[in-house]
Parts: sequence; structure tokens; C-alpha cells
Amino acid sequence: MSVTEEVITSEPVKTHRVAETLSRARELAIVAVILVIFAITTIKSPGFAHLTSIQQVMTNASLFTLLAVGETMVIVTRNVDLSVGSTLGISAFLVGDYFTHNAHASIVIAFLIGIGVGAFCGAAIGLIVTVTKVPSLVVSLAALYIIRGILNIIGLGIQIEPTAIPLSFQKIGFETFAGIPWIFIIPALVALGVGFSMRSFRSMRELYAIGSNPGAAQLAGVPVARRVFTAFVVSGSLAGLGGVLFLSEFATVNATAGSGYELLVVASCVIGGVAIFGGSGTVIGAALGAILLQIINQSLVVINVSPFWDSALAGALILVTVSFDRLLSNRATLALRLKGSAARGN
Amino acid sequence: MPLVAISSPLESNEEVPAPLDRHSLAFGAHSLVRWESALVLFFIFDLFYGGFTAPDFFSQNTIFFAGINFGLIAIMALPEMLIITTGEIDLSVAAMLGLSCASFGYLFEHHVEVFLAMILTLGVGAVGGALNGFLVTRVGLPSIAVTIGTLTMFRGLAEVILGTNEVTGFGGPWTDVGTNTIPGTPFAWAFGIFVVLALIYGVVLHFTSTGRSIFAIGLQEEAAFFSGIRVKRIKFNLYLISGIVCAFVGLLYTYETNTARYDAGTGLELNVVAIVLFGGISIFGGRGSLLGVVLSVIAVGIFDQILSIKNVSSQEQSIVFGILLLASVVLPNSARGYRALRKRFGPGSYTSAGVPESTV
Amino acid sequence: MKLESLKHRASKKALIAVSIVGMFAGVCAIPAGAVAAKTIASKGLVYIIPKDTTNPYEVIADNGVKAALKTEGWRGVVDSGTTDTAAAQEPAIQAAIAAKASAIVIAANDPKALCPELEKARRAKITIIGFDSDNYCAGNLFINQANTQEIGASEVDLLAGEINDTGQIAILSAAATATNQNAWIGYMKQELTKFPNISLVATVYGNDDPTVSLTVLQGLLTQYPNLAGIISPTTVGISTAAQYLSTHESQYSNLILTGLGLPSQMGTYTGNDNVKAFELWNPFDLGSLAGWAAMEIHSGVVQNKVGATFTIPAKGTKLVEAKSWTVTKAIAGSGDPSNFVTLGAPFVFTAANVKNFNF
Repeated sequence: MSVTEEVITSEPVKTHRVAETLSRARELAIVAVILVIFAITTIKSPGFAHLTSIQQVMTNASLFTLLAVGETMVIVTRNVDLSVGSTLGISAFLVGDYFTHNAHASIVIAFLIGIGVGAFCGAAIGLIVTVTKVPSLVVSLAALYIIRGILNIIGLGIQIEPTAIPLSFQKIGFETFAGIPWIFIIPALVALGVGFSMRSFRSMRELYAIGSNPGAAQLAGVPVARRVFTAFVVSGSLAGLGGVLFLSEFATVNATAGSGYELLVVASCVIGGVAIFGGSGTVIGAALGAILLQIINQSLVVINVSPFWDSALAGALILVTVSFDRLLSNRATLALRLKGSAARGN
Repeated sequence: MPLVAISSPLESNEEVPAPLDRHSLAFGAHSLVRWESALVLFFIFDLFYGGFTAPDFFSQNTIFFAGINFGLIAIMALPEMLIITTGEIDLSVAAMLGLSCASFGYLFEHHVEVFLAMILTLGVGAVGGALNGFLVTRVGLPSIAVTIGTLTMFRGLAEVILGTNEVTGFGGPWTDVGTNTIPGTPFAWAFGIFVVLALIYGVVLHFTSTGRSIFAIGLQEEAAFFSGIRVKRIKFNLYLISGIVCAFVGLLYTYETNTARYDAGTGLELNVVAIVLFGGISIFGGRGSLLGVVLSVIAVGIFDQILSIKNVSSQEQSIVFGILLLASVVLPNSARGYRALRKRFGPGSYTSAGVPESTV
Repeated sequence: MKLESLKHRASKKALIAVSIVGMFAGVCAIPAGAVAAKTIASKGLVYIIPKDTTNPYEVIADNGVKAALKTEGWRGVVDSGTTDTAAAQEPAIQAAIAAKASAIVIAANDPKALCPELEKARRAKITIIGFDSDNYCAGNLFINQANTQEIGASEVDLLAGEINDTGQIAILSAAATATNQNAWIGYMKQELTKFPNISLVATVYGNDDPTVSLTVLQGLLTQYPNLAGIISPTTVGISTAAQYLSTHESQYSNLILTGLGLPSQMGTYTGNDNVKAFELWNPFDLGSLAGWAAMEIHSGVVQNKVGATFTIPAKGTKLVEAKSWTVTKAIAGSGDPSNFVTLGAPFVFTAANVKNFNF
């Protein structure tokens, strides 16, 4: 249960720098693993080193990248949102329904509907969590059941068909810009934007403060409830945006869309170095974690390992990365402690 | 690790004073307002609701079917409850069920003697549980991350073992345990096993020092450690037992359906956690009673059965269940929040003024 | 099961004789010992247990069952889980027993896991009709959408014709444990022995989830750049693949996709470079036939015995093309004790006819 990042030392600047190095190292490590997997796959199957494969990895990772960004914001505040899969599903379905029933549907409105539905779900969860002070794991678990139940009722037996989805909208799912699929550009921009603001803006940095120590953050004047609420709204909105992208990619959707995504998303964050008890981790790391999980899936198929090994390896990878993470942070803690005592000694 | 102790006083929640007495008293006057009482009311509501609206509700079938349908989740809820009480979580329970099912199917198919195969399967459960325990206690990893990892890995290994294969034709005297009632009673074997296990767990948790240690760990791990409780060993053992019990449930599942396949029990982990939380167990640990979990299992199991008999669609059932789960945490929390507000209104009362408790 | 077939053996000859007479006369088979042809009971309750309650394909089939029941004043209740698991179907079977239903029409998510529950239902005098996905349980009559062997073989034939009998092909299936998928794939492999120049290079599993299907599909395309064809015998797999190929047509213009798909989902793609033809049956008809079978067998109009034939009353012919069906044994060696009734040959959809269907 311990969170090593709770250390308060006499030299905040240095702490900051060490923490920064730590997360940087974490991200570089994931990039290295991704490259190693890419290299091994290419050696086994030379066709893999091709723009198409890279585009495919990007396309497949896009939804999870987006969800992982929102999830990171929530987890950093020492909360969790298990409802993202259900929210993605209901958003995708409602946007599909909008296209089905409006011959002259607008893509902008489609995006607004998707994000709006997601924001609404996120706001509902955030409100319950902050007002009643009930653990978000339970609230979002309940929301997972309730949202999926509602989706199953409104979407009973309905398959949104590709004929109903305008081609211009589908293009988001498959067209590329400078070789990068649009469907990846959107989550990548979101990740960079959120990542930058979580580093640079005070209000966003406060999320880390809340996650490190909610009581201390409150005493220090951080509007805890408002920040946590915002994190849930952002997470919900991004899940809603994920629903829109889901529809543009597959052009067909039914009530099962997004089932079971929640634990994969949390796993992506954990692999990406986001501490499950809040207070540390970066959006970029989480996004890289999502990409790593996807590339594993894909390369297993490519190098012709039985697809049955897929989950077993993914699970082992999660365990290895969190252990590795612990090793890194133990070292960092040691470094901090040494520095702290040195500073006091002076 | 000791560094954390510095910040601990800040995080103390309002329940800290005299927690142990609260839990070692099985029934006190104040128990009337506890969550368990609400569950008893819910159970009585079940009986009226079912009796008046569901055809053939008071029949042996209802009791038996509720036992069969809910028994496996109920049994897995017991070790989960202890783990959550220590402030940790085990999300790998259903995956372990699947791995056990696959291992047993594999051994059976390769003509390993049935009893030996069962022992080996329980051994697989022990190894899996020990892996969880090791990573959580010795390596010091967060249990939610570890068990998401082992969830994926156990299910993956089950898939590697059986793949598209489906083993069937188990037969033999054990089939009765999966499919029939305990002779002379309307109860499913799974329910009987649940009751026996619940009694053992109840005694251990509420009437032994180990049980008190489990609550102490959940309330204040560092304090528990410094007062001489072997925190790591207890947690490790709980994960070990959880693995074995879930492997056992895998065997029951195999005999209930007479089939072994790798995807047995997929997704049940969240149901198990939900049923434990509905029993009034705090997700932060340290709070709750086994009676709560037993009542939660029985009340929800029968309620489920009523909705089934009444042909309430499963999509509506999931909404009802979600709302119940939400109510189970919001209602007691509001009551507690109100009491805390009255008691602690004044300087330094930040805990009652809008700080969300830690959550995972 | 063995015991039962022994018991039936004695009366089998007589039955076959009776049913042959029945077939020529164009009326329902008269069960041995019955004095006159029975009629469908005036009312009854049927529990319809699809693989899950939300899948569009299953909902169409459920509506088919309900439509047939309605013609005779029977009542149908749909009950199942929201995910495709056997565990979610058990409570539905129990509910049918509790409600003293006349019959259960079930698309089993597992061939054998439900047998203990279905056996209880059978002992409670409930007629068991399987449809869409078979259960290997005693006393079951399975309404097969199309001959299992024929589905597997015809998909291979369809693809072979489109790729000139040469090249590498792959199969994109649903879950690794899906009974009907594995049965079809088995017959595909058998049929492929007739085409020495076609090699099946891989079978991948998309779990009927679009994201997973897409990932494994892309893996396939990367690993086998010269792939000539893909068979996807699942609606999720084929529609996901069709969308991906159609949006990357320039790269995969020589790749042919076929399999089992819904015309409503596949209409957009049929006739493009990749999709020339695919197959399916009418799920509504399948449901209707299951509904009629449930009513007639429960009322004793027809018996669930090999060789028996049954027809649909005139008022029901709007629902299913009027003809008679004969009960047959399950395919030899499949280990399935059920009796079979086969709806018809799988229907081939092409660009010319796909727009005429709305399911």
C-alpha cells in the first residue's frame, strides 16, 4: 500500500528533477521494449518492417491510447475509472444511431454527441465520488454495470450498419496524414496536450498533489473535489471520443462495443508507469504502455506464435514491468534519501 | 517502506479509535444500525417480493438453483473478503478458476487418476496464489496491478493448455457434487461447501488473533507491523489460500458443467468483488464482517433468482445490480459522513469537508 | 443415452414405415400407436434461449420463433445473458422449469456444459429444441441452419472458384472454443484436400470482437503478403475484415474475402474488389422452423425420431417456405446424440441480390 513518492524533502527542486528523470527513464524503457519487439518480429518476418505495419500498430493502439490518457488523470488522483469500456460503447452506439436517423448528419455534431455522452457519464461518476466520498472503484464498477445495462436495452438487437455511416466520417478511421493514420493523430495530440498541461499548469499539477496525499493537498488549499471531478469528466469525455473513433474505424457497432476494455486500460497505465495509488506517472508513459500491449498482440500473430500464447505473455509482461518499476523507484527513493540527509548535513 | 509512516497520521480515517472491539463483538446493541441489518431487511424483502410475485417461489427448486447459480461466486467471495479486509485486492480469482478448469481437463484427458488430478489442480492453485502473494508481499507491488497481470496470465495459460480443445465426459461419483442436491436437503453442494467454509472463515476472522491481525493490517498496516503482526506472512497466506480455494471452485465448475474449457468463469472477478463490497466490506480494508458477506451472498443470490423467475431481462438485471452496489456504499457513507460532520465539526476537520478518501 | 437408443430401436422399423407413408401423403408423421393425427395444443409457453439477448442476428432468430408461436396462440419468452456464456444460460433453463414451460428453444453456448440443466428440464417434460448452435444433450432435436458439412465445404468451394483454385488462404474465426465455428473449420479442411494448389496457412481467432479481429487480421496480412483469400465464418469477423480491406483497397485488391455475413452489414462491400459473394441462411426462417418444431413435438404431432417428417400448417407458410423436413441423425462421428432437421442449403449472397434482404 505504500507510495514512495510521498517523500517530502528539504529540496523540492531536486526531488522534482529526480522524479522527472525517473519517469523519463520509465518512458525510455518502454520505447526500448517496443523497439526490441519490433526488431525481433522483423527478423522473424521481414515484411513487418514496413510502413503498413507501423500504421496498423498505430491504428490498433489508438483507442487504448486515448482511454489510457483519461485513465491516467484519474489514477494520478488516487482514484480509478472502471466504466471507460461501457462509456465508449454507449457513445459509439449513440453516434451510430445519430447517423442512422439523420440523412444529413454532421460530423462535428457526431463528435460533440460522442464527447458529450462521455462527459455526462464521467460527470455522473465524478459527482457521486466527490459528493458522497465513496470509493471510485466501487462507483465506477457500478457505473460499468449500469451504463452497459442501459446500452443493452437501447441497443437490443440493433446493429448500426456501415451503409448508415458517411464515407467522409469513415475516412477518419483509415486515411493518413504524412503517413500517420488520422485515428492515431487524434489520440496522440490529446496525449501530448494533456501530458504538457500536467507538467506545466498548476491546476493539473495539483492532481499529483491530491494523489500523493489528499489530506495535505486539501490543507494546502487545493480544491480537491473540483479537481477530482474534472479528472473524471475528462476521462469520460475521452472515452466518449474513443466511441466516435471506434465507429469511424469499424463503421458498424452493436451493444457489445468496448466490453472488457476497462482492465486492459488500467493494465496499459500500470505498464506505462502510472502508480496505481496515485501521485505519479505520466500520460505519455500510459500511452506508450497501451502501444506496447498492442504491438505484442500483433507481433505474436506475425511471427506465427500460436495466438493462444497472447494473453499469457501479456500477463507476464505486466508483472515484469511493474516489478521493474518497483526496482527503479526503490533506487530513486534511496537516491532521494541520500540527498535529503546530505542537505540536512549541510 | 517506513518512510510512509511519516505521512500516516494525516491519512488516519475517522474509524481509527477502538476498531478492534467493534469487530470482535459479533452482535452488540449498535449492530442494529449496521449495514448487516440492511442486508437482513433486503433478505426479508426478497422473501415477500418473491413469495408474492414469482410463481413457485417457495419451492425446493428456487433454493437449489440459487445455490447452483451463485454458489461458485459465493465461495470465491470468502477469500476475496479476507484479502480486501487487509486493504489489498485479488482480481485473478476467476482466471484461476479457468486455469484450474483447464489444468484438470488436461490431466483428465491424459488419463491421470481423477483424485490425483484434483490434488495436482489444487497444487496449481497454490502455486498461482503463492505467485500473487510473493509479488505483493516480498516484491512489494500494488496488488491491483499484480492481480491484473496474473488475471491475464492465468487465463492465457489456460488457453495455452486447452486452446480450442474442450474436455468432457468426466462422470463418476463427483458429478453429483456439481449437479445434485446434498442428499436429504434442497441445498446444492456448492451452497453447503460455502456454508462450511464461511463458518471456518468466520471463526478465524472474528474469534482468533489472526482475524484481529487481518483487521489491524487493513486499518493501519504500519501500526500493525510495528505492533508485531507478521503482515507479510499473513497476506502471503491469504493469497495462497485464495489460489487454492479458487482452484477448488474450478473443479466444482468442471463437475457442474461436465466440461473443461479455458474460458470458464471469464469476467466473474468483478462480480466477486462487487458481492464482497455489497456485503459492507470497505475497499480500503479494516472494516466489515463475514456475516455481511454471507448475507450479501444469500440476499443477492435469491434476488437474482427471483428476477430470473420473473423473466427480468439480464440487461435490466445488470442495471439493478449496479444500483444496489452503488447504494451499498453511498447509503452507509452518507450516514457516517453525517455523524462525522456532527462530531468533528471544527478546526482540523478536513476529513469531513470534502476530501475523497484514497480509493484503490 | 445408450439405453435410450436401445429402447427406440425396437420401434424404429415401424416408425420409418409410418413416416414414409406420411411423407408421400404430405401430412405429418403419425407416431406409432397413435389413433389419429394429433393437432398442436391450443396454448403453450416456450422459453427462447439465444446465445445472448442483444446480438442482432440472435434477435432476428428469436423474432422468427415468436412469429411461429403467435400463429398458434402460443407465448414465447426470450431469456438469456448479455454475454455468450453457458453460465448465463443456466438460469434461463431453470426459469423455464420454474415456469412449467412446454418447450425450450436454445442456441447453446457450449455443447455439453448445459446438459445437466437441460436434463432436468427434460425430466420436467419440457421439449428441448436446439437451434443455431447445437447442444450435445440427450433428447434434443437440433434445427440446423444448413448442413454443417455443406457450410464448411461450400465456403471453400466459393473461395476456390474466385481465386482460380490456387494460392494461400487463411481463416478468421470467432472464439477458439466456438462449437459451430470449429465444426465448420473441420469440414473446410476436409474440403481443401480437393484443392492441392490451395494451402491453408493460418487460422486466427478474433473472439467476435472487432478490435481483436482487426488486430489478428492485420497480423495475417503482414505475415502473408501474398494471401489470396480469407474465409471468415462469423459475422463480426467478415464485416471487420471487409471494412478494413475496402478502406485499403489499393494494397489488397487481389485478396478475396468470403464467409458467413449478414446482408445488411455486407451490402456496402459486396461487389467491390474483395467481396464477391458470401453465405448465410435466413435467421428468421431458422427461428420460425424451431418454433414450429417446438409446438409440433410438444403436442405429439411429430415425434423426435429419425425418419419422422413434419410440415408446417398452411397458415404458417408465410413464415417459412412450405415444404417438409425429415429428421435425420447427427453427422456420423461427431459424437452428437441429437437428431437433426436441416433448414436448407446455405444461401449465397452476391452484388445482384444482396440489396433484397433486410436482415
